[in-house]
Amino acid sequence: MGVTTALEWLSSCSGCEIAVLNIGEALVPLLTEHLDIVHAPVIMDHKYYGQCGDEGEHLQIPEAVVGIVTGGVANEEHLEVLEEMRKKCKILIALGSCATQGGIPALMNGQDSGESFDAIYRTSSTDPGASRPDQSVPKLLERTYALDEKVKIDLQLPGCPPNPAHIAEVIISLLENREPVLPTKSVCDTCPTRREGKGSVSKVKRYVENVEFDPDKPISEMRCLLEQGFMCMGPVTAAGCAKYGAPSCIEARVPCRGCFGPVRPDGNQLLDMMNALASNGIDTKSVVDRRSILRFSGAHGNLRPKKKAAVKEEA
Amino acid sequence: MGKVLNIQPVTRIEGHARIAVHLDDAGNVENAYMSLMSLRGFEKFIEGRPAEEVPRIVNRICGICPWMHHTAGNKAVDGCFGVTPTETGQKLRELLQVMAHINDKILHFFFLAAPDFVLGPDADYSVRNVIGVVKAAPELATQVVKMRQLGQMMIDRFAGKAIHPVAAVVGGFSKPLPEAERQAMLRDTRTLLDFSLYALDFAKNNVFSKYLGAINQLGVITTGFLGTVDPADGSLRLFDGRQRLMKADGSYVDFDGADYLDYLGEHVEPWGYGKMPYARSWNEGFSLDLDAPKGIYRANTLARINVCDKISTPHAQAALEEFRAAFGRPAQATLLYHYARLIELIYACERTMELLNWDGITDTDVRAKVEPKAGRGVGIVEAPRGTLIHDYHTDADGCIASANLIVGTTHNIGPMNMSVKQAATSLIKDGHYDQGILNKVEMAVRAYDP
Repeated sequence: MGVTTALEWLSSCSGCEIAVLNIGEALVPLLTEHLDIVHAPVIMDHKYYGQCGDEGEHLQIPEAVVGIVTGGVANEEHLEVLEEMRKKCKILIALGSCATQGGIPALMNGQDSGESFDAIYRTSSTDPGASRPDQSVPKLLERTYALDEKVKIDLQLPGCPPNPAHIAEVIISLLENREPVLPTKSVCDTCPTRREGKGSVSKVKRYVENVEFDPDKPISEMRCLLEQGFMCMGPVTAAGCAKYGAPSCIEARVPCRGCFGPVRPDGNQLLDMMNALASNGIDTKSVVDRRSILRFSGAHGNLRPKKKAAVKEEA
Repeated sequence: MGKVLNIQPVTRIEGHARIAVHLDDAGNVENAYMSLMSLRGFEKFIEGRPAEEVPRIVNRICGICPWMHHTAGNKAVDGCFGVTPTETGQKLRELLQVMAHINDKILHFFFLAAPDFVLGPDADYSVRNVIGVVKAAPELATQVVKMRQLGQMMIDRFAGKAIHPVAAVVGGFSKPLPEAERQAMLRDTRTLLDFSLYALDFAKNNVFSKYLGAINQLGVITTGFLGTVDPADGSLRLFDGRQRLMKADGSYVDFDGADYLDYLGEHVEPWGYGKMPYARSWNEGFSLDLDAPKGIYRANTLARINVCDKISTPHAQAALEEFRAAFGRPAQATLLYHYARLIELIYACERTMELLNWDGITDTDVRAKVEPKAGRGVGIVEAPRGTLIHDYHTDADGCIASANLIVGTTHNIGPMNMSVKQAATSLIKDGHYDQGILNKVEMAVRAYDP
């Protein structure tokens, strides 16, 4: 029998699960020989309250050696599932940037979530008089949390999505009882674009025009996107996305937006980016909507609702 | 006092849901609900963001169909900024969006739905899954894994990210398609087309014929349908076209996506976070009554196959003709979603080939000039799970002032509730239920691929 493994997803989009699938053919022996999946809502039918839904008041997940959780914690059910996973799994892995840093859903931490969630049910298409559902649904928490704000996490693997090669490395290293070999530096450290030293950039451009490059030449001949005057978050973002020799977004000739979270897990991408721009003589006020620099790392109290006075100031 | 069977989580679907079956004292079904459990609030937290950034934020609504949100978002921002994408830019968007349909359909049919058919709906839960399929039919499973990976990697190689893409941009696309890449995609798509023809044959011989009884009964309801068609000839479209809203009797009206508020509304029930779209233009209100539903239509594969007059590609058209001869138009049986899904798989492969064979696809004029400004844009594509609507307003700085989203899956929340109730009521009698029976109730949900 393989190593017992349980998977769960919380406030998430399934992208991490697709990244697991993107391991490809190597996944087949992992699933059939090396791992023994005991619980995983996306692919198997184990239920929380017995297979007929008539057992007990508290949700049950079987014991497992390895637990993998994607998504952040945004409602009471997520919290209950996460606590049960912690209780039942020896090694708990936070997979993907929502689990490690809050991810995109933690953008909600930047506003009054109560008002906003109510407004979702009062749009141009909803029926007049509709209000936020409140029966048989898990109550929303006051904000979205990363997993390590709620329980002890043994291993963090960020990315939106995480790199399939690194997911495989984590699983294989556990099977081989060794430390996984994972990147530790910044996106820029894995970027082959050409840097010419400090340029004459004084303001950053919005990404409303394509970057300059020769499609017939390799990425190593394209100039660094920050030096081209675009906001590119490579300097303040953890490496890990490169699959074909260049960071994923650079592969698409598009600037980085920081989806692997800060280089050091406790870093703050907004502060780090402002420092990086300022030290290169770039006017940080030229960044439209600075708070969205935290779009992948809004948990851990990084993104908070604007204070009324601050709203005025920024306007 | 009866009791409540709490089927939670609903499994082998792509989100968070729960089914509650309420039994009366005699053990018969009083009512049954399927509730969506998650709420994230994209419509609100994209407010204030520079609009050109939004297509790479809203893709996180769904990691399985991120290209759908990515392209619909880009179309909506085009509208806000009043820009017309270059022809090549627009075709590259369509190419990637249609390619993404290929993987999605392979994933759903073989990884999520197939265990019920290959191992049987009553098989024990510990083997009734994709791992069980791999053990029961290793050759087929290995082939399926290879094909999904092939489709996924041809997107990933060119666009940098298959999951949560960034390469479609306001005004068009971020980079041109190199000739060598085009040739590689053509080769891979030919392989995928062969596989998709095999997949339909496999399903016809091993699934649809074997489960004809279930198809005619399980989760069957009568509703209208919503999809997208070519304005010129009424043929199936996934990337653009006019929306077609069909009633259960087969009569229909076509409309421009920008006018969607005149046709569709969203009903809210207190027992689930999902909003339930319905046909407001039918002026009959909203009701999930199984015998007399009001305003209820369905979206996703079966809906598109029902509303289109034809399919513009040969293999898919032949499959459509055979389907219509057997099941009529509109076909109502819920499990036929799977059949329709495999017809669309063939279309997606054939359409990908057409786009790759278009002379201009490698042109370098991929992005039009863009200037952020105030405006409104409605971007619509057909996502695997239904008609996807992104409606944005921008302010003078070109930042999002307000947004309204109708996401594919949500069109079917009302119908899924009806199918669940229909299945539960017909399968659970006098207090008799078991895990196989409850799995069949879930199969009625799984057909919709929520």
